[in-house]
Amino acid sequence: MEGFLPGPWWQIWYVISLPFIIVGLHQLNRLVKTQRDTLPALAVAGAFVFVLSSLKLPSVTGSCSHPTGTGLSAILFGPCIAAVLGLIVLIYQALFLAHGGITTLGANVFSMGIAGPAAAYLIYRAGTRAGVNTYATVFLAAAAANIVTYIVTSVQLALAFPGTAGFLGAFQAFAAIFAITQVPLAIVEGAVIALVFKYIVTLKPDILTKLNLLSESAIERLREAAA
Amino acid sequence: MKHALEIAVAAVIIILAAVFLAQNAGMQEASGEEAWGGADSEAAELIEASGYEPWIDPIWKPPSGEIESLLFAMQAAIGALVIGYFFGYWKGSRKAA
Repeated sequence: MEGFLPGPWWQIWYVISLPFIIVGLHQLNRLVKTQRDTLPALAVAGAFVFVLSSLKLPSVTGSCSHPTGTGLSAILFGPCIAAVLGLIVLIYQALFLAHGGITTLGANVFSMGIAGPAAAYLIYRAGTRAGVNTYATVFLAAAAANIVTYIVTSVQLALAFPGTAGFLGAFQAFAAIFAITQVPLAIVEGAVIALVFKYIVTLKPDILTKLNLLSESAIERLREAAA
Repeated sequence: MKHALEIAVAAVIIILAAVFLAQNAGMQEASGEEAWGGADSEAAELIEASGYEPWIDPIWKPPSGEIESLLFAMQAAIGALVIGYFFGYWKGSRKAA
């Protein structure tokens, strides 16, 4: 929403997002140099952000909203690279679709590119370490990427527009619009990305071991279960 | 179960589609104002209700809803092309190996 964040908020979110983008670009650079065989997975992860964030889906609240699609890139490559992929999509939508905006880019990169993916990444790591079913973990991580994105958006708007209700009251009002609409979309997004993860396990499992996401024995078990 | 996950995902999508259809039917009866708008424009209305005016306008806006959906569809098509290309490539190279 171009122009919907007054100063100093839009500058603040630019400043907060910038270091993540710099680290992400650095990590991408290293990936391109040392792990070229993972680049197709990077393209696929980016493509998922493209596809899913272009879809506006109807939800139980009677309004429409977007999935984010950032869960897959966060799981595969971590939140900083996901932030760079999110940035590309957000620039496309800001320039061509008047969706989002250049002044709100910093805030949007933070919610969709950093906070959501960071949640997904942490959930995936924790779930894998705790030995939870891989697809259930991917489902939870991708759904969290979606929900957390919009919770953070609500926080950002409530900070800028506390109104008369104060920060908490404003947060509740924004979260009522965004977060609840987002719950069913997060479930769909989590389910779809879990399915995609299954196809990566089936077709290109060596990428997952190279990125240190699953051990060979874990992949063997998943493949046997699907055989 | 070989296709347990596929079945679960299909079930989720069918249930949510059914909820949408049922809810939409209810709304059509009630009619009145326009339903299924964007959540972001609802938030924008909430902010503008407090008297705030956006301090800058988008540099370029899609001139109509049709053009907007063209650009959204293009975005999805680019993504889908890349996904299909690489999954096909992976499948092909597994077969060859």
